[in-house]
Amino acid sequence: MALDRSDVEKIAHLARLQIDEQEIPQYTENLSSILDLVNQMQAVDTSDIEPMANSHDAVQRLRADEVTEQNNREKLQSIAPAAEAGLFQVPKVIE
Amino acid sequence: MFDKTLAELASGLENGDFSSVELTQTYLDRIKAEDSKYNSYITVTEEHALAQAKAADEARAAGNASAFTGLPIAQKDIFCTDGVKTSCASKMLDNFVAPYNATVVDKFNAAGAVMLGKTNMDEFAMGSSNESSFYGPSRNPWDTDRVPGGSSGGSAAAVAARLAPAATGTDTGGSIRQPAALCGITGLKPTYGRVSRFGMIAFASSLDQGGPMTRTAEDAAMMLNVMAGFDHRDSTSMQVEVPDYTADLNQPLKGLTIGLPKEYFPQDLSPAIAMQVQNAVKEFEAMGATVKEVSLPNTALAIPAYYIVAPAEASSNLSRFDGVRYGYRCESPVDLEDLYKRSRGEGFGPEVQRRIMVGTYALSEGFYDAYYKKAQQIRRLIKQDFVNALNECDVIMGPTTPHPAFKLGEKTSDPVAMYMEDIFTIALNLAGLPGMSIPCGQTEGLPVGLQIIGDYFAEQKLLNVAHQFQLATDWHKQTPDGI
Repeated sequence: MALDRSDVEKIAHLARLQIDEQEIPQYTENLSSILDLVNQMQAVDTSDIEPMANSHDAVQRLRADEVTEQNNREKLQSIAPAAEAGLFQVPKVIE
Repeated sequence: MFDKTLAELASGLENGDFSSVELTQTYLDRIKAEDSKYNSYITVTEEHALAQAKAADEARAAGNASAFTGLPIAQKDIFCTDGVKTSCASKMLDNFVAPYNATVVDKFNAAGAVMLGKTNMDEFAMGSSNESSFYGPSRNPWDTDRVPGGSSGGSAAAVAARLAPAATGTDTGGSIRQPAALCGITGLKPTYGRVSRFGMIAFASSLDQGGPMTRTAEDAAMMLNVMAGFDHRDSTSMQVEVPDYTADLNQPLKGLTIGLPKEYFPQDLSPAIAMQVQNAVKEFEAMGATVKEVSLPNTALAIPAYYIVAPAEASSNLSRFDGVRYGYRCESPVDLEDLYKRSRGEGFGPEVQRRIMVGTYALSEGFYDAYYKKAQQIRRLIKQDFVNALNECDVIMGPTTPHPAFKLGEKTSDPVAMYMEDIFTIALNLAGLPGMSIPCGQTEGLPVGLQIIGDYFAEQKLLNVAHQFQLATDWHKQTPDGI
């Protein structure tokens, strides 16, 4: 299945990935060949098959609604690229 | 000392032949002298290791030693280690010092193990050759022009080069078994849910599973005794009792039924690999096992289904790397979108970006049923194949890989050719079953791996089968030249 340049640009935007202009042809070719590979699935009739998300068909375990984690804000924020006064800093989002 | 197995080192420590500090120092010296050839470590934790070794020796002197006390191991750099850089071999996490331990790391600490360092891998465990590492590829000790396999290639190379007696790995589509095969060591991917994924940086959450990489099956049993068990911090951890994995190693194999799937011996399989695997099967027959042909008819669909399930889950898991809370952040972002896009575009390598894009596409509006749902349905067909086959036999055997170790650079330009290397390993992850690879021969001086697949939670049986083979043969004792 052939993707074109605009498909790759759209996917990269959805994935929030900045890709170099000169790399787009390579990604277009690679992604098209990967989609050719995965499209082999379409030859199989799976209409009566229940999708399997977990190999044991396990369901989400629940726990009692109690506080179990401690507040480690300082430790966790010490590795942030930019943090101040307990907040993560990002470029201005509201004018 | 460095040529001993974990089990031999454990008795050496117990008998007082050497201390954990001496043993640890031996490995640290070897890593310093030799690892420039293999690039198997990203980080060597010398001070930390010697402090743990000293504590282990003190515990032993006080009469508080257990089976693993003072034994050195290496951790794949995908397991979070509190206070130690945890990079996942990515520029994205090059500056990441984990603020907590993975459960697997906690368990080794509690068992008294010594961590020598963190091993090289494919970036975010995405690859079959170790060539996608931000730190450069690890190299195969059997031929340093060749790949060690991936993604746990650094762990495999370190064990094969005797730069660690054992290491941890993770396996999402073959990432323990394939490098074990290519480097001539023993690797075990446990049943999904057997080993906690907490603190193991997520690639594809419904497939990822940690496991041991060792010289022998006996050592793998010792490692799994430490690693396995329920963890409330992992929502897919299974509450199944943990046996002593060393207990059944010496059970005789008389009466064992081995299934050989015809799909694992295709026309185009390398004849040398087919022959080595057949020879290994004959060895089992000599021990009293019987062999029958079985069929896994949906084998050819495993790679297509995997390359939807794994990238879809990866695109979701890797969305957390946004340049805001930890990890790489681009210089001078002009706005929030620029911050996200450039941090991710500059922080992730090409293979990771490809998979994020495939996954994003598969999950995007209008494509979900055709891709993700379809792949989940095929997963069930693949699981059913194994369930049917395992109703007819105790274990399934076949080659771990279609080829021995390939040359660095040989497959980097064609991602799909690289993906096909995982043809025999990937289906197991989709089914969630346990599997091992053990050395069973050589071709042109390169190791060949035998894959042994068992039923859910049948790790004990796999280890028993592998151990009996290793008592009868010496492929696992072969050492690369110059080591």
